[in-house]
Amino acid sequence: MSDPDVIDTLAGIEPDSPLALIRDRKPVTRQQAQASYRALFEPAEPGDVTLQERFAAATFVAGLHARDEIAAFYAAGLRRTAPSEDFVTALSKEIALGRAVGPYGAYPKGKLSAEDVAGPVYDVAERHRTVLGTRLTVAMAHVHMLVFHPRDASAAALQTLLDAGWSNTGIVTLSQLVAFLAFQIRAAAGLRILAATRNVP
Amino acid sequence: MTESVVTHPDNHEPAEFTLALLDWLPWLAPPAEAALTERQRASLVDAARSKSAYFRLLARDPDILEARTRTDKDIFYNTSSGLPRAERELAAAATSRHNGCIYCASVHARHAITYSKRPEDVRRLLDAGVSADLGERWNAIVAAAVALAATPIAFGPEHVTRLRAAELDDADIVDVINGAAFFNWANRLMLSLGEPVQVG
Repeated sequence: MSDPDVIDTLAGIEPDSPLALIRDRKPVTRQQAQASYRALFEPAEPGDVTLQERFAAATFVAGLHARDEIAAFYAAGLRRTAPSEDFVTALSKEIALGRAVGPYGAYPKGKLSAEDVAGPVYDVAERHRTVLGTRLTVAMAHVHMLVFHPRDASAAALQTLLDAGWSNTGIVTLSQLVAFLAFQIRAAAGLRILAATRNVP
Repeated sequence: MTESVVTHPDNHEPAEFTLALLDWLPWLAPPAEAALTERQRASLVDAARSKSAYFRLLARDPDILEARTRTDKDIFYNTSSGLPRAERELAAAATSRHNGCIYCASVHARHAITYSKRPEDVRRLLDAGVSADLGERWNAIVAAAVALAATPIAFGPEHVTRLRAAELDDADIVDVINGAAFFNWANRLMLSLGEPVQVG
């Protein structure tokens, strides 16, 4: 495939630049990170999660990470699914409402409880729920937890998704998508910093 | 028909970080081993992973599982260049410690000990957390992993400078970034799709 490498794009790495050459030494990492992107955002079959849900969740995740360049990349993907203007506006307002600082959350009760960190439990604002739809509204609460406080995860949270019409397989796909983005966004952000602070030879 | 989660009311989750071997119980039903399709089997990459409820559950979406697994293996096992394996495992363990994944931390703390032969330092990371003093080179790697785990990401030029001062070159630093970044993926799956269980 000659499609542009998404991590290079998001990190601003130019072909044949010193960091591109370092990345080229590990072609499998590069290819499989790209294959992960394609599996989630260019799936052979969307299966239990629509492309619009995938790109909406990704735009939300990148926005919650306060990475404008990455959010813009996924928002462009969302636009290709022809969302309504109201949908796009509601999503962007929810990003602003959902901003927090992680990781936080609670441990199983015991010695580690001293390390519990309090933080917000997010839910989509009432006024945005109709335009975003029930499935996405419920998914966004879960996505927010995965982004900021994954140690608060629970079986009950998955039951909430099931009750809103998500299937077991759809939950696996959604979880992979958010977790993959937690990797991709960090890899791109880290490489961008490294590229900007290279030693002068 | 609406599906239901699987709960494990009799399980007492481990409530502290440990080097002990843990198992993991899924909250969603994985396909039975005998019911795996050929595509799902291939997505496990290692045939032995069909014994694992975690990997069988992820095999519900085989394309992303296969790419995830191959990304994971190359970041951690490909030592043709870059950071020693021990320090990749340290980045994984520190990320897991900071995000709060008791299961992932136990696995990668054990690997870090195997490859570094520094059991006391690794144990201190689990017990005291990411602010434990492990010597400057390891401290620099842990600090970079912690900054990368933050949302929004707190990794900055000062982390790169500190890693360079600890004699990591840019290829090594790319491995720190990839290893730490990858565990933000792994931790979220392990934490949110099931729970750890003590063995024996």
